[in-house]
Amino acid sequence: MNQKKVRVLIAKPGLDGHDRGAKVVARALRDAGFEVIYTGLRQTPEMIAEAALQEDVDAVGLSVLSGAHMALIPRVLELLRAQGQEQLPLLLGGIIPDEDIPRLKEMGVVEVFGPGTATDQVIQAFQRATDAAQGG
Amino acid sequence: MSLVEQVKSGERLALARLLSQLEDGEPAGQEALNQLYPHTGKAHLIGVTGAPGTGKSTLVNQLVLELRQGRGWTLLEGGPPRVAVLAVDPTSPFTGGAILGDRIRMRDLAGDPGVFIRSMASRGALGGLARTTGSLVQVLDAAGFDLIFIETVGAGQAEVQIASTAYTTVVVDAPGLGDEVQAIKAGILEIGDLIVVNKSDLPGAERSLKALRSSLELGHPARRRVRAPAQASPGDEENGEIWMPLVLPITATTGEGIPELLNALVQHRRYLVGSGELAERVRSRIRSEMEDRLRERLLRRALAARPSQSFEAMLERVLARELSPQTAIDAFLDGDGP
Repeated sequence: MNQKKVRVLIAKPGLDGHDRGAKVVARALRDAGFEVIYTGLRQTPEMIAEAALQEDVDAVGLSVLSGAHMALIPRVLELLRAQGQEQLPLLLGGIIPDEDIPRLKEMGVVEVFGPGTATDQVIQAFQRATDAAQGG
Repeated sequence: MSLVEQVKSGERLALARLLSQLEDGEPAGQEALNQLYPHTGKAHLIGVTGAPGTGKSTLVNQLVLELRQGRGWTLLEGGPPRVAVLAVDPTSPFTGGAILGDRIRMRDLAGDPGVFIRSMASRGALGGLARTTGSLVQVLDAAGFDLIFIETVGAGQAEVQIASTAYTTVVVDAPGLGDEVQAIKAGILEIGDLIVVNKSDLPGAERSLKALRSSLELGHPARRRVRAPAQASPGDEENGEIWMPLVLPITATTGEGIPELLNALVQHRRYLVGSGELAERVRSRIRSEMEDRLRERLLRRALAARPSQSFEAMLERVLARELSPQTAIDAFLDGDGP
């Protein structure tokens, strides 16, 4: 009877004008058997944390193109912590300068993907992150 | 504090976790639901169904927004109702994955502590809902939500399971989706207590409204009671009740027609309670849930009571066309296996 499905949230915080990359990732994860809750553009950190909670997801994937990641990501992490979801893996994609990556990982971001990342690589990262979070 | 206590006291993370446990078929989730069950039965359940792209999520967004501003539906103790939304989207039959995108249209509801939205994948079920949707509704009911909206997958003509799950079913149509013959076919239009023509600012809306209304006037299955509630006279509740499905034009993106729809939802609830039909619907819903569970248990028990190879052996004989499925099952149950 036990039929655990892995659920992930894909969202775009901030004011990016398009969500093509996020849609490609959502579609690739769907094809890999994930249940993807897709919330689309212009999400505030509060909306993202609330969706992650209500949907009880196993990982959160965010895409930021605007350059606002150093403001948005810490806020999302803080809100997730405040809900008692500090263990929830957060993966990040978009236009992220190399020099920001170590700081983001220090804050708790599991993985950062830049332009040109193969979708297989993204899928594997989500699989690793959600396996680890479920202790198996 | 146990998970059950946490859910009853309104802890949203605990609620979300319990919903997942039930979706995944974990025994702990069912155990918690057993304990919560005495606290169910208070919520009103509203189903929203219709073809893909007719605007179901946008409609739910607008309805909930209005309700939370205290319009249309107030509680006896005053104040706006607490509202939960269960939105079902289809699971891919090939990969088992799903994109659940109904929240995109419900962004106006973000940040409201009196609203809880949960997306569900259909996980292979064909009736327009997931197999566990009923269980999730029960948990949300026990958690104290006054109104629960259940949005089906984009439904075709036969996804009518919502009618036996919800108390009020809203069927959402849009202009240009079919002619008068579509409107008289059996299926989804028959289950609507309220029928909405969304996107009624588009050309063709008037024709859709007319086609639907005249189809309803053409007659109803024998048990349908005819006459609009507005035309009902005060004595009607005693001498046979009536509900003629209403057809309403809506533009969900602008909110046009939403107050009328809310009013109709309240009227339908009143009709259900006053006529005794609510009690009937509750009874038949619980009966069918118990029968489903019994069927599942008996199947498992019958399979477990016999050597595991005997069913497989019967399957082989049917495949070889030696037996029909019916004679194979007779022989299986008589223990007369090969």
